[in-house]
Amino acid sequence: MKTKYMNPYLAGFFLGLVLLAAIFVTGRGLGASGAIKSIVIAAVDGVAPAHAEQSLFYGSYVGAGKDNPLKSWIVFEIAGVLIGGFLSGLISGRLKFVSEGGPRISVRSRWIFAAIGGALFGIGAQFARGCTSGAALTGMAVLSTAGFVTMMAIFGSGYMIAFFFRKLWI
Amino acid sequence: MGPFVPELISDQLNLIVALLIGIAFGFVLEQAGFSSSRRLAGVFYGYDFTVLRVFFTAAVTAMSGSLLLAYFGYLDLQSVYVNPTWLIPAIVGGVIMGFGFIIGGYCPGTSVCAAAIGKIDAMFFIGGGILGVFAFGELYPLYHTFYESTALGPIKVFDSLGISQGLFAFILIAVAVGAFTITTIIEKRANKSSAPSLEFKLLKHKIAGAGIIMLGVMFVFMPSRQAHLTEKVQSASYGASHSVKIISPDDLAYRIIDKENGVQVVDMRLPEQFSALALPGSVNVQLKDLFGKELTPILSDRRVVKVVIGQNEDDSKTAAFLLQELGYENVAMLQGGLENFQHTILMPKIAITGSRWDVDVNNFRTNASTTISQMIANAKNKQPKIAKQEKKIQGGC
Repeated sequence: MKTKYMNPYLAGFFLGLVLLAAIFVTGRGLGASGAIKSIVIAAVDGVAPAHAEQSLFYGSYVGAGKDNPLKSWIVFEIAGVLIGGFLSGLISGRLKFVSEGGPRISVRSRWIFAAIGGALFGIGAQFARGCTSGAALTGMAVLSTAGFVTMMAIFGSGYMIAFFFRKLWI
Repeated sequence: MGPFVPELISDQLNLIVALLIGIAFGFVLEQAGFSSSRRLAGVFYGYDFTVLRVFFTAAVTAMSGSLLLAYFGYLDLQSVYVNPTWLIPAIVGGVIMGFGFIIGGYCPGTSVCAAAIGKIDAMFFIGGGILGVFAFGELYPLYHTFYESTALGPIKVFDSLGISQGLFAFILIAVAVGAFTITTIIEKRANKSSAPSLEFKLLKHKIAGAGIIMLGVMFVFMPSRQAHLTEKVQSASYGASHSVKIISPDDLAYRIIDKENGVQVVDMRLPEQFSALALPGSVNVQLKDLFGKELTPILSDRRVVKVVIGQNEDDSKTAAFLLQELGYENVAMLQGGLENFQHTILMPKIAITGSRWDVDVNNFRTNASTTISQMIANAKNKQPKIAKQEKKIQGGC
């Protein structure tokens, strides 16, 4: 049985409460791209520790006396997102191996574009020190200037280029 | 007072908290429909504005909640992590993410949530994300300088715009409600038969919209907790119905010379006044820092008398009342403030005649002046004691 999605305003209110709980209890908000960064750092450190320690980018996270990058707040939080998303899909009957995309592109093209989009998001999130969750949403909730700048840049560029990529979605 | 990291919640326990918050986060994202790339991309094509609705409602809810909790003294906003601004990198990064959103159909958080229910395109998105971060890390020396450029620190948006926090909160709420209204009209036009907003109960939505706009108006007129409490304790009626223990300059001088353990002198004057003249063993505290939780370790020991010092009687009294109002116990104020202490003890006018009592007092003050001046001179060589500590909470992506 497939159930309907929640009213978006109600879902937004609950999402806001989750974010508020994170701020109130831990003093920091939500995030996502930081977990991907931690995975990359742990992988590079595991495969080539000398390279990781010398690197300008990874160097400050690895080496003697540093915790495993995977033992971080953001990695545990994202593990929770996997569990929470799965539970929600389970009770709403939405667990299914499937790919989604616009009516005019093949599944294989959709995969390639998804990977390219993911790579761009990963790169952009490094420059902006966070993605839609960590920089934009949390940043807006704590009234950080960076949060509003990042949010406007993401959606601004999205709207400017949407026309050129319309075949992917409509 | 929140946040409870790092004092009440240890690093280990915080990881469990992270897992629980993540579960709630993932659950809500999935229930909202954020596990569907077609829905997510719809915000850019006008056929589905779910993203905008959820995103703005969440931001407004969390912001409003934080402001209210701070106003009632349950949350120390100064201890909450504010992601710092690197202006140009934030814009460039945001633009790149905009491309990523359109091309990939997800953002990192939603891709994890979508992958959890089996969306294969989301798994490709995550794989791409890992490769993207890896490529960024390997090529990092090329743009290291740019990455660190235009660093402005943890600035707040209302300061950047030069308006008050409350006014900004109202504007954000008004913009959100305006955007909800307009996008609902667009969505229904773009998508005549299957727009998600066709199922909305309009009356309920209008009432909710009016409600949060009223909350926004309230924010404009809501003073900060500091302004509110300071005004409260300075009012005549508060002074008439509340009292605070008063310590005379002679009493304080005696305790300072005696190096009594149970006394903590809390100097509320400006840092430059404090560095010019600081009583032995005193700490400098700024009024605005009283409202956070950073000073709790210094102020919350009930066995220690906190002797509050301002420049004069009124300043001392306001600060001492504020400490009591904030729930700290065993508070006292120095009679007449530091001005009085200077006249009475440090530079006493010695009268040679008078009763036996007057002569004794004069002798005590003369000796105290020498001793305490010597103690102040000795302490000058040391590092001045500033009570405010560095922030400990780490955050960000």
